[in-house]
Parts: sequence; structure tokens; C-alpha cells
Amino acid sequence: MSMVGSRSSRLTRGLRYLLLVVLAVLFLLPFYVIVRNAFSDNSTIVAARWQWIPKNWDVGVLGRMFADEQLDIVGSLWHSALQSVGQTVLTVVIALLAGYALARLDNRLGRVLTGVTLFTLMVPAAVTFLPTFVMTSQLGWVDSLPGLVVPVMFSAFAVYLFRQSFLTFPAELEEAAAIDGANPWSTFWRVVVPNSMGIIGAVGTITFIGAWNAFLWPLLIARDNTRTIQLTLSQFMTSQGVKYPELFAGALVAVVPVVVVFLFLQRWLVAGVETSGIK
Amino acid sequence: MSELTSEGRPQTGLLPNGQRPRPVSAWNRIAGNQGRNLWFLAFALPFVAGLLVFVYIPIGWSAYLSFFDARATVHPTKFVGLANYRYLLGDPMFRSSIGTFVLFAAFIVPVTYVCSLGLALLLDGVRVGRAFFRSVFFIPTAVSYVVAAMVWRLSFFNGARFGLANSLLRSVGGENKAWLLGGDNYWYWFVVISLRLWLQVGFYMILIIAGLNRIPQDTYEAAAIDGATGWRKLRWITLPQLRTTTVAVLMLLLISAFQAFDEFFNLFGAIGSYPTFARPPLVHLYLLSLGGSQADLGLGGAGTMIVTALIVIFGLAQNWLLGRSERKESGTMRGSRP
Repeated sequence: MSMVGSRSSRLTRGLRYLLLVVLAVLFLLPFYVIVRNAFSDNSTIVAARWQWIPKNWDVGVLGRMFADEQLDIVGSLWHSALQSVGQTVLTVVIALLAGYALARLDNRLGRVLTGVTLFTLMVPAAVTFLPTFVMTSQLGWVDSLPGLVVPVMFSAFAVYLFRQSFLTFPAELEEAAAIDGANPWSTFWRVVVPNSMGIIGAVGTITFIGAWNAFLWPLLIARDNTRTIQLTLSQFMTSQGVKYPELFAGALVAVVPVVVVFLFLQRWLVAGVETSGIK
Repeated sequence: MSELTSEGRPQTGLLPNGQRPRPVSAWNRIAGNQGRNLWFLAFALPFVAGLLVFVYIPIGWSAYLSFFDARATVHPTKFVGLANYRYLLGDPMFRSSIGTFVLFAAFIVPVTYVCSLGLALLLDGVRVGRAFFRSVFFIPTAVSYVVAAMVWRLSFFNGARFGLANSLLRSVGGENKAWLLGGDNYWYWFVVISLRLWLQVGFYMILIIAGLNRIPQDTYEAAAIDGATGWRKLRWITLPQLRTTTVAVLMLLLISAFQAFDEFFNLFGAIGSYPTFARPPLVHLYLLSLGGSQADLGLGGAGTMIVTALIVIFGLAQNWLLGRSERKESGTMRGSRP
């Protein structure tokens, strides 16, 4: 920093920005392609020469896609919304309680539970999809909302993030509440949770994005009554006679909600990562 | 065991018992001050019960099924010993799926790490527009593998002439490539790696930025006085100080490479069929156990056991390697000090 103003450092800075701009364009390219394809006529997409700016715009694609009953985008979005919101709320509540317990149980049991959580972290749910699927189908939960949500809402990762965060929570606040006669349950909800909104926002965002974008678990569980947007897009993509514009219009409506959530909560996510103890 | 029987009455510890000195009985040690431990146990109960019902009992059940001929049933009667394991380990497709994972991980783990570190360092050196660029690199994290696979498969790397890559190739005098058809060409690896890179590099960049922010500024100031710049600064200050972040990032990358399913399935799959190449373990396991007309849960169970064992072994091996290089490094550092 001490060399600010010298010619070589100005040159380096110029190169840095040039590189950043080039990379930014590359990173945004897929988003542009989704938008271009969602508002193009099919002839534009399959034209021999790639058209950066479509010659034939078609603003009716979105409307036709929503109206396509066979595709049932509206139903898929609804299933995805139910599943993602449900999974986010339940995962956060369960993991908040467990993370707090692991941070405060300072006996052997606490250490064992922390060890189990860390081990579960190493063997991710995707790897054991088959056993969990067998259990879920035994419960009769195939093609149901509980089947989509319940088996995947016990997140060792979320528990671990909350535990790390609660380890540094100021004990004086809890002690003050305890002296006032509050039991751990009410201390937790009245003192600890309101002062932990940052990490809750971070874990909630991560969970919501993961749930909305999930593919493998819905592929196993969801059928006609619970098909999520990702599954619908996947089936549509691999089917014969792909309608490119409608498919990308579907991708657009699948991406928009989660990108909006992401942009609003990004700050929490970054702050959460910084304090989470993933170092 | 007494914790369990006591759960019916967690209120026992609630009685406000004033300042009277209490004898510390075994019960009090277990229950904790004012029954706090019982409360915390109750807090952890939903999570622990969930793990038990949806992770550990199913894994145990799967281990049991793996010793049976369990086609389309979860209550098998025909014990087959290690036959399922023997079949899988002798199956060239299963072995090649392990090879696919090793190759995939060998590329994606270091490449993602280097790119994330590069982006983090690039952003570290700028002030104006920093938040904007950070968001741009971070935002693909919000996109699903399904949507990314759609863009990569149908637009960027479409084998037809209208794919972006093929259009660019032709404009510089090249010929159309069938990017995803496999066979003798390995270009599909480029498609797979670039997709995952785009989607996950921003997340690890954020982790590394957090790590960079924890490096005390005066370390750099001291180095600047000594005349250290550029590569030397990176090699001797930034990277050693970033070591814990690096270990965590590499571990997370390895675990996520092992879970590869979505992008492979959506890049290469067609209705009811999947090519014989580009099958990472989970894709193969899915096709093997649930992809056919009847579920083979015995074979699937054996596959789950093998894959789970592999991820634990790979994780431990990587940890050990990183730990060893750290020990070596701290050894040389100590040795070189005057």
C-alpha cells in the first residue's frame, strides 16, 4: 500500500481491474444465456451463427410456459416452495437447539454427541441415499411432503455451525437471565436466539438454497404429487423434442427466487462464514 | 442410564433452591446445576433421534441387507454372505466409477482451490468495486446443478453447430465437437470441470477471504520492511498463515466431489438410459440399485458400505497428508532459524 501512486503499482492495479472485468463477464455469461434463451424465438437459439443479441425476440415464451399444463411449472414451483420453506424452518429450529446443547453440555455426553455430529459431517447424506430411501419408503412417505422434508432436515453441518457460533456467545447474558429465574428454555428463546440472528440468517440461507436446488433426494421421493421445479426441468431437458425457449424460461423462474434471496441475505452469509470457525 | 429415566420429570431441577449449600450427589453431577444438563439433553433430542432414524438405523439396515439377496424386498430370506461385495468389486463398471471419482477429484479439488485462492487474492488488492465483484463471483452458488447443466449441455457445449463452444471453434477455423458423447474423446471432462468450477468457486473464495482477513496486518508490514513482495510474500506469509483455511477447504472440496451426482446425471442422462462412461460412484450406485426394473437393495447396500468406507479412507488420507506437510514445514522453519 505504501507504493500507491508509483507507475508500476498503477499498472498492476489496471491489470487487476481488467482481469476482474473479464472474469466478471465470464461468471455472468450463463445468466445472460438463460435470459437470452428465455426471450428468444427457437430459430434464434438453433441458428448456425451464435447470436449474442437475438434477431427474433419472443416475449410470449414465459406466458406459454406457465400455461403449459403438461409441464405444470406452477405446481412444481409450489411444491418446491413448500419443501424449501418447510425444510429451512425445521432444520434451523432443530439445529439451533442441538447446536446450543452441544456448546453448553460440558460433560462426557456432550463430547460424544459432538463427535457423532462431526462424524456425520464426514459421511454426507448423499452417500447414504439408498438406506435413507429404504427407511422412508417403509414409512410410506414416497411422493409426500414429509418424505421430501423430514429425512433430510437433520443437518449435522447446521448443528456444527450453530455450535461454533454459540461457543463464543457471551455467558454473562445467559447468567443474568438465569439469576432472574429463567430456565434454559426461556433463556434460550429470549436471550440467545435474538442475539444470534446473524448466524441464523446464514444457516437459513444455506439451507434454503440447498433445499430449493436439491435434486437427488427429490428424484428418489417425488412423483406427480410432489414434483419439484428441479425435477421438472431435468425431465423436460432429457425428453425428446426439447423446446429450448420454454425450457430456459423454466430455468429463469427456477433461478430468480433463490438469487433474490441470495442477494438480500448475502451479507449475513458472508458474516456467518467469517464467524463460523471454518478457518 | 439414569439420564434416560429422569427425562419424564425435567422440572426437578427447576425448583428455586435459594442459597442453601447442597451436597453434590451423583444425581446432581449428571443433572448439572439446576438440571441444566437435562435441559440441554432435551434440546439435542430431536436432532439425535432424527440422525438415528434417518441415518444410522438405515445404514445398519443396509449393512444387513448387503449380506442378502434383497431384490425388491427389505425383508430378505436368502443369505448370500459376501457375494454382493464380491460381485461389486469384480464389476468393471463399479471399478471404473471409482476411477472416475479419483480422476474427477484429482482435478476438481486442486483446481477449485487455486481458482478460489486466486479470486480471493485478486479481490484483496482492490478497493473500488470490491463488493460488486465479490457478489458476481459468489452468486453462481445460488444456482442449481440442474440449471447449470442445462446451460452447459444445451447452449455452451451443445454438440450441434449452434452451441456456443462450437460456434467459437468454427470462427477460428476449427470443427464442431461432440462434447458430451465420450467414446474416444475426453472433452466431456472439460464440460464437467468448468461447470462445477463456475458453480462452487465463489463459495470457497468467501471462505478464503475470511481466512485472509484473519491474518494480522502487521505481519505484512514487517515483511514489507524486509523487502518481501509478490510471490515471496504469498509463499512465506500468506500461505502458511492460511493453512487452517486451506485444510478445511480441501476437505470440504473432497467431500463434495464424492457427492457428485446432479451435474453428471443431467449432463449425460437421457430418458431411461445413461452412458457407460462418466459414472461417478453415486450415479453408478443409483443406476445399479434403483435404476433397473426392480430395486436390488442387497447390491445397493454393499455399494453404500464400500463408498462410505472409501470416503472415510480418502478423508483420513488427505488429513494425514496435509498434517505431514505441516509437520515437515514447521520442522524446516525451526531448523532454518538462526
